Amino acid sequence: MNKQSIFESYPRNDASQLIPLLQQVQTVFGFLPDEQMEKVAEHIGIPISRVYGVATFYNQFRLKPLGKYVIRVCRGTACHVKGSLDILRMLESELGIKAGDTTKDLLFSIETVACIGACSIAPVIVINDEYFGGLTPKSVHKLIKQFKDKG
Amino acid sequence: MKAFLDIIKNDDASIGVPREHFIDCINETYLENIKPKTLNALKAYKAELMLTDLSKPVIIVGMGTCGLANGAQKVFDRFKDELNTRKIDAQIISTGCVGYCAEEVIVDIKLPGRPRISYARVKPKDVPNIIETTLINKEPVRDKVLGVYDEINSQVWDNLPIIDNIPFFKIQQKIVLENCGVIDPENIDQYIVKGGYKGLSRILKSLKAEDVIDEVLKAGLRGRGGGGFPTGQKWKFARQSQGEKKYLICNADEGDPGAFMDRAILEGDPHRVVEGMVIAAYAIGANEGYIYCRAEYPLAIKRLKKTLADAELYGLLGENILNSGFSFKLKIKEGAGAFVCGEETALINSIEGNRGTPRPRPPYPTTEGLWGMPTVINNVETFANVPVIIRKGADWYSSVGTQSSKGTKIFALSGKVNNVGLVEVPMGTTLRQIVYDVGGGIPDGRKFKAVQIGGPSGGALPESVIDTPVDYENLKGIGAMMGSGGLVVMDETTCMVDLAKYFMTFIMSESCGKCIPCREGTKRLYETLDRLTRSYKNENDPEEALLRFQGMVYLERLAKVITTTSLCGLGQTAANPVMSTLRYFRDEYEAHLYERRCPSGVCKELLTYKIDTDKCTGCTICALKCPVDAILGERKKAHYIITDKCTRCGQCMMNCNFNAIYVE
Repeated sequence: MNKQSIFESYPRNDASQLIPLLQQVQTVFGFLPDEQMEKVAEHIGIPISRVYGVATFYNQFRLKPLGKYVIRVCRGTACHVKGSLDILRMLESELGIKAGDTTKDLLFSIETVACIGACSIAPVIVINDEYFGGLTPKSVHKLIKQFKDKG
Repeated sequence: MKAFLDIIKNDDASIGVPREHFIDCINETYLENIKPKTLNALKAYKAELMLTDLSKPVIIVGMGTCGLANGAQKVFDRFKDELNTRKIDAQIISTGCVGYCAEEVIVDIKLPGRPRISYARVKPKDVPNIIETTLINKEPVRDKVLGVYDEINSQVWDNLPIIDNIPFFKIQQKIVLENCGVIDPENIDQYIVKGGYKGLSRILKSLKAEDVIDEVLKAGLRGRGGGGFPTGQKWKFARQSQGEKKYLICNADEGDPGAFMDRAILEGDPHRVVEGMVIAAYAIGANEGYIYCRAEYPLAIKRLKKTLADAELYGLLGENILNSGFSFKLKIKEGAGAFVCGEETALINSIEGNRGTPRPRPPYPTTEGLWGMPTVINNVETFANVPVIIRKGADWYSSVGTQSSKGTKIFALSGKVNNVGLVEVPMGTTLRQIVYDVGGGIPDGRKFKAVQIGGPSGGALPESVIDTPVDYENLKGIGAMMGSGGLVVMDETTCMVDLAKYFMTFIMSESCGKCIPCREGTKRLYETLDRLTRSYKNENDPEEALLRFQGMVYLERLAKVITTTSLCGLGQTAANPVMSTLRYFRDEYEAHLYERRCPSGVCKELLTYKIDTDKCTGCTICALKCPVDAILGERKKAHYIITDKCTRCGQCMMNCNFNAIYVE
């Protein structure tokens, strides 16, 4: 779907379409740019404050662009008892950013998720769509190096 | 592509098979006007679907999310490649999750005239050997065998276990999960041939809506999302409510960390949920419905989309279902990542396009729900129970389970346990049976400490109570709740204060912020717990110690306030992890409080980091990584940690290549 025709398939002035529409905008742009949120408000016929309220309420929506590699760290209970916090800390110190941020070169973003549901291979992280399980802080170091080399 | 629809349509006398008899026709209980040719085609196709009469081998790869995370796609592709290059004629299909996550990737092979055989932990490099041995030489690859299915000829290979008899499956009773990991979830015909949509077809022809509700009431089905409210009762309220329209919603916003039952059902047997929903819609008189599924489950959403399209094509969903005059339209709503949306009124707000904050109850959604209309919201697992109740009857269903809780419950067993996976056991099974018999106990010879049941709203239970039979009432009695069914096992290396802190972090960040007890209270609970697990410079200051002590005293009082005054279920149960750990693991709290030590060695700031001078090679990596320059030492000589400077971040230990750093 191209950037112009996002709005076409969503009826105007239908508040129930707000979340699906924001999801569509994010799929196309990778995040929610300010001017797109303005357009959404105009299309749905609601104040932009409400669009912003919804966009900041749900974890899925991002107001900043993401890196090339999005690292999602599972922070489910099973991963927690198997040491996912250490994995997260290691990633943060390796990349020099905190969870929720993106590196300056736009290569990596770190996000935490409640549970990926791959508890059998805890602790687990997902880089873009690829799963990496049974991690230790050391294997994370190697993994990140591989991705850094790939660029 | 063959399909029941085509076979029955292709009958010249198809006008002779009225739409209401479509399912009966497949089940051969309606045979009027069907030509022998059609009947034969039906029978042959059914045998093919049931894998009873095969002309070529069938390879079935388990491709639920856990299978895929373990590399199922690579295994699948490798099979395809090998079959192509060797020019072997075989069918390869994917299925959902059989539940034994610890043994993924699981690949089943069914040879003509042989029993279905399950291979565990299959890697792409095992594929050539499996093809060579099983497909060509018709012998099992013995070191990969999980078990064989109990079918005719199951004895053909000696000394292979029957899959239902291996410990993981032995005490399980698969009612809801009967098809998961067995059928191809994207093929509606496979669901139908296993008795699917039979219940729906029956009620549309012969049962009044009230009778359906009575049947579900009699079966004793209770909500599987956590609360355990009688499902039939809920339906009755909605049926009796006045409203120009009624809605039905399936809550598939499975947000509990460590729970993945609903995902497995949606990925492995989505038609079961849809059938359950159509039956429920008929019972309450709803013509429109939603499945609210979390966006973190892309595979489940993809499969649901296909499921809805197929069901509509077959006339099992949409306008005039099976010619009964009853219509039900079903849509998928993708959640946007908010734990609180699992709460029913918050979920309604989210569908309406608002921030997902709960509404005060009453009015309950059954009187005033979506767009102000009577609405029934049930969980995925609840709906998945409905078809079997209608098909096999309330008496049969209520024979399973305990006095107050009927049927089975699915648990997602994970954490420090050997057999991680999805477990369906009758209500009344004890936690010990689940952890030890099904789960195979604790790995590495460690000791069991606790099992966390019910996610952030539940509680951590110690060894002394794990012989309690699991049902809704019993769990409440011991300070936990059924929740949606996450079961996380913990051993002696888990710190219970840290666990309580972990859950508070989760709830604190997921609190919607609408009511004060939950928004502010959980934050204060977190701060108190956090203080217990941290060390401070003025550690020995009596006033500091007093504050910590005071915090502990207030902890329990605050927990009670949050429980009694919060607006929604999330807030009312938010303090459960703290209350249950305080109840059963008070000694650990006290060790943190008085002795300033963490008995499990988890709370980093209460530990002392040391360098083993014999192992240290002086590589300097720890000194480089140390953020506060607390490590000193000459190159190629043993290093030292200055304890007073050390912030216990653990970076040195993580980065040491010689395991020279240890904690005391």
